[in-house]
Amino acid sequence: MKILVCVSKVPDTTTKIEFTDNQFKADNVTWIMNPTDEWYALVRAVELKEQHGGTVTIINVGGAENDQIIRKALAIGADDAVRVNAEPTDAYEVASQIASHAKEANYDMIFTGKETIDYNGFVVGGMLAELLDLPYISLASKLDSDGSKATIEREVEGGNEIIEVSGAFVVSTQKGIAEQRIPNMRGIMSARTKPLQVVEPNGEGALSTIQSYELPPQKESVKLIDAENVGELVKLLHEEAKVI
Amino acid sequence: MVLVYIDNSEGQIKKASYEVAGYGVALAEQMGTEAVGICVGNVANDALSTLGEYGLSKILNAQNEHLNYFDSQVHTKAVAKAVESTGAEVVVLSHNYNGKALSARLSARLKAGLVAGAVELPDTNNGFLVKKSVFSGKAFANYELKTDKKVISVNPNAFGLHKKGGTATVETFDAGISADDVKVKVLSVNKVSDTIALSDAELVVSAGRGLKGPENWGMIEELANTLGAATACSRPVSDVDWRPHHEHVGQTGITIRPNLYIAVAISGAIQHLAGVNSSKTIVVINKDAEAPFFKAADYGIVGDAFEVVPKLNEAIKAYKASA
Ligand SMILES: Cc1cc2nc3c(=O)[nH]c(=O)nc-3n(C[C@H](O)[C@H](O)[C@H](O)COP(=O)(O)OP(=O)(O)OC[C@H]3O[C@@H](n4cnc5c(N)ncnc54)[C@H](O)[C@@H]3O)c2cc1C
Repeated sequence: MKILVCVSKVPDTTTKIEFTDNQFKADNVTWIMNPTDEWYALVRAVELKEQHGGTVTIINVGGAENDQIIRKALAIGADDAVRVNAEPTDAYEVASQIASHAKEANYDMIFTGKETIDYNGFVVGGMLAELLDLPYISLASKLDSDGSKATIEREVEGGNEIIEVSGAFVVSTQKGIAEQRIPNMRGIMSARTKPLQVVEPNGEGALSTIQSYELPPQKESVKLIDAENVGELVKLLHEEAKVI
Repeated sequence: MVLVYIDNSEGQIKKASYEVAGYGVALAEQMGTEAVGICVGNVANDALSTLGEYGLSKILNAQNEHLNYFDSQVHTKAVAKAVESTGAEVVVLSHNYNGKALSARLSARLKAGLVAGAVELPDTNNGFLVKKSVFSGKAFANYELKTDKKVISVNPNAFGLHKKGGTATVETFDAGISADDVKVKVLSVNKVSDTIALSDAELVVSAGRGLKGPENWGMIEELANTLGAATACSRPVSDVDWRPHHEHVGQTGITIRPNLYIAVAISGAIQHLAGVNSSKTIVVINKDAEAPFFKAADYGIVGDAFEVVPKLNEAIKAYKASA
């Protein structure tokens, strides 16, 4: 099985979000691998390789500072990595760079996480599938494959669907598909020498630009209601908040 | 023209489709043009004509035996064909499960700038600016789209339902899809039919690790039942399988925007808030007055959930009986 896993780099979940001159203020930010890429996409890919043999390749679009995230993915069990040396400004730019690489390499499966916790688009997997003209199954919570045919459980409103797909496909993954793995010492040591190829971008640009950022309005302070007087809460929800 | 994608499942129009119909109509008015719906699947013409109530004047119905189940690849082809034949400039979808997959594919296929998860109508006074929530609800970004074609997926519950009255005419649309186009096979659809889908829900009752064990969720389900609400939970609760995975809300779970979110025995960690902080009204019930969730709440009760929740349930029952 030849598997590609797309990983992105995002600010740690506890980061205080601030902007200066309409730019995200990145100083003092701790960067991490996007959680759903790491916990679900990568781990399930590595598990499939362990079961059936094959290779897991990591791809990331970004600058040299992203190598740290890539090395972590290699430590968790991927075999090699590709970094497209670009500073993408939207999801289309990312997807188009990954598509250029994937077109040449003929992967059986391409994994992404769910959505990145910075731009929350949920976009790259779908775009990539379209650029490669492959099926795309989103929000997989289970995935098994015998190499030619995969059975996937995907979440839908109020339930799930079981899907069968033959041939290559792109999948976005979520909870249920795998459990987070902490890299061990051996993994970390071997990651240092695993191949990381740096390729230049294909020149394709973004389809959108961010013009400005805003912070949400400050919340008014909470109205506390006595635990003995829940009727008051019901009244407020009806008369003031008008939600019931 | 604005083309609105009418998402459906097993012949039924999803609630999110009524919301985006209204959004598409409002946007078309702003642009001085018309909004038309495209439905791909197996929905009867009668059902589709009800979308006229939300202002759509015409619906294209691409009924086709190969399109009964959602498959992002073939549905993209079908919608792209409708874009071509109508000359639509903007495609509007819900940012729900299917919409997320479809909007991304359409954007790549049409080379159309995409805003995934819009929270407001675009500002079309000066270019084309669309506001979207970023950094897991901690900020908003205004995206500018300059491409000829544009795709907008709208966050569920961000716009609401806006009825205008009217009926829509329904036209058959040949999407040109054949059996060869379909690469995925849906083996089964499993719905938990007696509960409300969390992603669509206007009211949500959620509980956390403070409830100590899955056996204590009876009172949460009862309260949800009384309200007509969906149930949700924090991540540790679904991690240990006290509750199913699809109930996990937050930065790494699902993001919801109900009108009312009641959080019981949840501390309010930053990653949890990320998934719920766009809720219109937040009620927090926690025995610890210092719990961070109170800072994000509109209403709070400091008290023991095991005492407060049953009482609240009774009070809501009494209110419902008198209303
Ligand atoms: C990368 C990352 C991603 C994460 N993503 C998510 C996510 O998507 N969603 C998420 O929820 N979490 C997420 N977390 C975990 C998050 O940090 C918190 O650990 C988690 O939300 C805490 O869950 P909790 O509030 O249920 O439990 P706790 O923090 O243990 O809080 C339990 C609360 O219950 C209260 N309580 C106890 N007993 C009672 C009682 N009898 N009556 C009333 N109140 C009571 C306590 O005062 C306490 O406030 C993530 C963490 C990381 C590091």
